[in-house]
Amino acid sequence: MAEALRLRAPAPRTEALGLLRRYGAVTALALLVLFNLAFTPNFATLQTLNVNLTQVCTIVIVAVGMTLVIATGGIDLSVGSLMAIAGALAPLIFLGKLLPLPHPLVGIALAFVIPILVSGAFGWFNGWLITRFRIQPIVGTLVLFIAGRGIAQVLTNGNLQVFKVPEFQFIGLGRMLGIPFQAILMLVIVGLATWALRRTVFGREILAVGGNERAARLSGIPVGRVKRRVYLISGLCAGLAGLIVIAINSAADANLIGLGMELDAIAAVAVGGTLLTGGSATVLGTLLGALIIQLVRYTLLANGVPDAAALVVKAGIIVLAVWLQRQGRA
Amino acid sequence: MRTTPLASAIPAQLGKHGVLLALALLILFGWLRYDNFLGSYNVLSLLRYNSMFALVALGMCFVIMTGGIDLSVGSTAALGSVVAALLSPYGAIPGLLGGMAAGSVIGLLNGLIVTRLGILPFITTLATMLAASGTALLLADNQSVSVSYETAFTDLGQGDFLGFPIPAWIALVAYLAGSLILNFTAFGRHVLAVGGGEDAARLMGLPVDRVKLVVYAASGTLAGLAGVILAAQFGAGQPIEGVGWELFAIASVVVGGTLLTGGLGSVGATLAGVLLLGLIFNILNFENGLGWISLSAYWQSVIRGAFLLLVVILQAKLTAREDEAPA
Repeated sequence: MAEALRLRAPAPRTEALGLLRRYGAVTALALLVLFNLAFTPNFATLQTLNVNLTQVCTIVIVAVGMTLVIATGGIDLSVGSLMAIAGALAPLIFLGKLLPLPHPLVGIALAFVIPILVSGAFGWFNGWLITRFRIQPIVGTLVLFIAGRGIAQVLTNGNLQVFKVPEFQFIGLGRMLGIPFQAILMLVIVGLATWALRRTVFGREILAVGGNERAARLSGIPVGRVKRRVYLISGLCAGLAGLIVIAINSAADANLIGLGMELDAIAAVAVGGTLLTGGSATVLGTLLGALIIQLVRYTLLANGVPDAAALVVKAGIIVLAVWLQRQGRA
Repeated sequence: MRTTPLASAIPAQLGKHGVLLALALLILFGWLRYDNFLGSYNVLSLLRYNSMFALVALGMCFVIMTGGIDLSVGSTAALGSVVAALLSPYGAIPGLLGGMAAGSVIGLLNGLIVTRLGILPFITTLATMLAASGTALLLADNQSVSVSYETAFTDLGQGDFLGFPIPAWIALVAYLAGSLILNFTAFGRHVLAVGGGEDAARLMGLPVDRVKLVVYAASGTLAGLAGVILAAQFGAGQPIEGVGWELFAIASVVVGGTLLTGGLGSVGATLAGVLLLGLIFNILNFENGLGWISLSAYWQSVIRGAFLLLVVILQAKLTAREDEAPA
């Protein structure tokens, strides 16, 4: 609403910025890669690629769910806490602490299915809260942001669970054709979401709801159902990411799993060029956004800049990216 | 977007009195159930500890009343605590002013980005949250910074004045000032007008950008002040403290009945919200002390979350009728 008053006449400057916005993420990524090739020792190695891939996967998976939520004009602050719930639940299941297991493999199968479903159910609850009571998404998901980690901590009594279960940990440590398994998962999810947004009715409905909720409602789109589904999807993605994190670490710590993930995911979405006001979405952009954020961090660390300074740089990048986005629209 | 002020004032009144009622019931419950619940030790340590959260929530309350949000307060408090601890060898006043100034810088930065670059407050303060946290870690060299015990600095957190904790005095003065500003000054009216309808406020010729700049700067300064108290109370500047403070503050403001859409709010009810959330933890401790049940500290976030859930659902029900109007 405030935007209406601030609309300025388009100038050549904004046109250039519009181009920058459209191709900004790709350009930034290319520049980062070039910089690293020139200055970072041992950058062009498989190991570097592997390190960055494994670290970026969970952010991308969560950020894909977040992209869909943001496309409807919402936000999901609870993803980090939902990761913690899934991550705390899985070891309880495959270690047989929760229910007796007829066979270890049954435990492992259940440890994949139940935590993701539980996390999805909590996501659906977010959507229910937001649509049934018309609560703002920030507040609605704040409830589980606070309570969710508490639930995970209560489940495990705050204890660290250490384990060594190769069948389960395949999700975080395994490889197929030499590619880390979670990278394949990530690409499949990105592909599915891209396809759903572009080619399915559900995808169009998401964009319609985010573009103009009232118009969407009047044209017969089941706004409530669409919203509940995107929060459900966001919950499922968070659950999967939680499992990957504990598989990589061979340990589950409810206090730490997914801590701050909501911020990383939102940042990836924003840098990727999805409008935070809803109505547009680019899953590929989100993938690029996450890669940029990860690569910036890697670049700074590999060149001896402390992690703390990397935070400041990340802040600058988020502001710059969103500012460019705004210029592109104006 | 918003219906008449009268229609929306009714649920706000209910919300305001609801939190006071809940607070009174909780205190009554505690008084009847536990020995020493209203003993001076428990009351004073509760006030001493929660004064930090109260200051952060006060700033958040003003920001939310303009329709914005400030996610950076937790990291800003951490930064304030580090700066204050580094300056504490020079005395209490330099530590105090330094911590507040550090907070002001972050707050001003928020205000400038929101008003000049037109970036959503949510994103702006998310970014400055990272920046403040990074700066705090850099200044503190990734570890906590001990404060100097040679000077009077620690009195800011641990001292008493007229038998009442100094941090609680600070919070009390801040809330009185906040309440006076909101209710009796033109600026207070402007804050509500901006939150009620920014376009309308702009068309009426109100200095919308200046109002926003001031509330973000105030929120940052109060967060810095909370950081000073944190450092003084625990004897160290703590760069990784303050995680989740912003959400605790938002929850307090919401529990106090301030609508997140802006345009309405109460400073006093926010204080009640802070005390209410603080008391939940306190009562949990007493309950464990009785030995009937044994709930780990982890339950507090579950209970706080459940409480927030209850409040937002009640709030939504109360405002549901006016929401039927075109939104």
